[in-house]
Amino acid sequence: MSGTDRTRRFEAAVLPHLDAAYNLARWLLRDEQNAQDVVQEAYLRAFRFFDGFRGGDARPWLLSIVRNSCFTWLRERACDHVEFDEERDSDQHDPALHEAIDGPEQLLERKLERTQVNAAIAMLPPLFREVLILRELESLSYEEIAQVVGIPVGTVMSRLSRARSMLRTALAATDEED
Amino acid sequence: MDPHEDTELSGIVKTQAERHAAPAGLRDRIVTSIRQAEAPSRHEAKSRGWRQWLNMGAAFAMGVVASVTVVYFLTTVSAQERLAQEVVGSHVRSLMAAHLADVASSDSHTVKPWFSGKLDFSPPVHDLAHAGFPLVGGRLDYIGGRPAAALVYQHRQHIINVFVWPRDARAPSPPPAVEAQGFNVIGWESKSMQFWLVSDLNIIDLQAFAAQLRGAAEARPLPSGG
Repeated sequence: MSGTDRTRRFEAAVLPHLDAAYNLARWLLRDEQNAQDVVQEAYLRAFRFFDGFRGGDARPWLLSIVRNSCFTWLRERACDHVEFDEERDSDQHDPALHEAIDGPEQLLERKLERTQVNAAIAMLPPLFREVLILRELESLSYEEIAQVVGIPVGTVMSRLSRARSMLRTALAATDEED
Repeated sequence: MDPHEDTELSGIVKTQAERHAAPAGLRDRIVTSIRQAEAPSRHEAKSRGWRQWLNMGAAFAMGVVASVTVVYFLTTVSAQERLAQEVVGSHVRSLMAAHLADVASSDSHTVKPWFSGKLDFSPPVHDLAHAGFPLVGGRLDYIGGRPAAALVYQHRQHIINVFVWPRDARAPSPPPAVEAQGFNVIGWESKSMQFWLVSDLNIIDLQAFAAQLRGAAEARPLPSGG
């Protein structure tokens, strides 16, 4: 079965972004099997909504469906205080942020293990983990992240810097524990 | 350089954090599920016509055939089961009420004539003492709404009731071997008769007895009377 034109167009547009979709879901759900299930479901949903896709780069469009599927999944299971994070995100005058930026050379001096970094990112609240992954691992622009998450570009920037400061704090704490 | 960026931390995340690749098989599963999702919407548009009615008609016909078959088997099986229950019941009563035999004799030439005048058929009667199954006697019984001959045999301490009546196309055929209430029931049909054996004897010995009885009934032409 070769599929219709619509199916072929859909597959050509979104299948190349499967790794990006899976990586985002895997980081948000922190579980391989659940990530696979949610990504598969998100692709089906994307297939149904494909007529609403206006062309251009399908990656942000697909990733927004994937992240929404992931957050729906998390909310249904009341995981990770998903809703609570928005409030903390709006707090831009967090002293921890400035402390972290004050001592940038500290991290370079330490040998950070791969597992420590991965664990610290995994411990970030999902909304912060999300922007960090999209920015650093998927190399999306602020505009694209804004499109994926459905927030203004300014919020992307503040959320991203908040995520970084939280990660710095977490990594510093991990290091002290050793 | 974007003032919002944190090159040091970005570098750490980019080099150290894992970028999970989609597991093998996920792509195939997605393609499969998409094409399955696609299939119904395509067929809907095409098959709204005589095809659909044909399919519905075929499905309906198959449903009718299936129900008739199920009903047929249910009624057949339950009729056979009912008769097996009745046979076992008669066997149990014959042991309880000291009414094992109306004619107590190991001589087939005594037992067989005893039935004539009491039944409208003549059951084959053979003593199988040489095979370890001596004839104990005979009795009149009433099974499945008809008179039947009950022949009583013994094997060690076990009593075997052999119920015989003429074949009837409307009556259920006897089961090859079933267990009912802890008793073994074996049955078969000859050209003109139905045989149902009931005993608490183990199934191996009962089958051996059945083979003996069947052989005796079929090999020798029946004596016409005593």
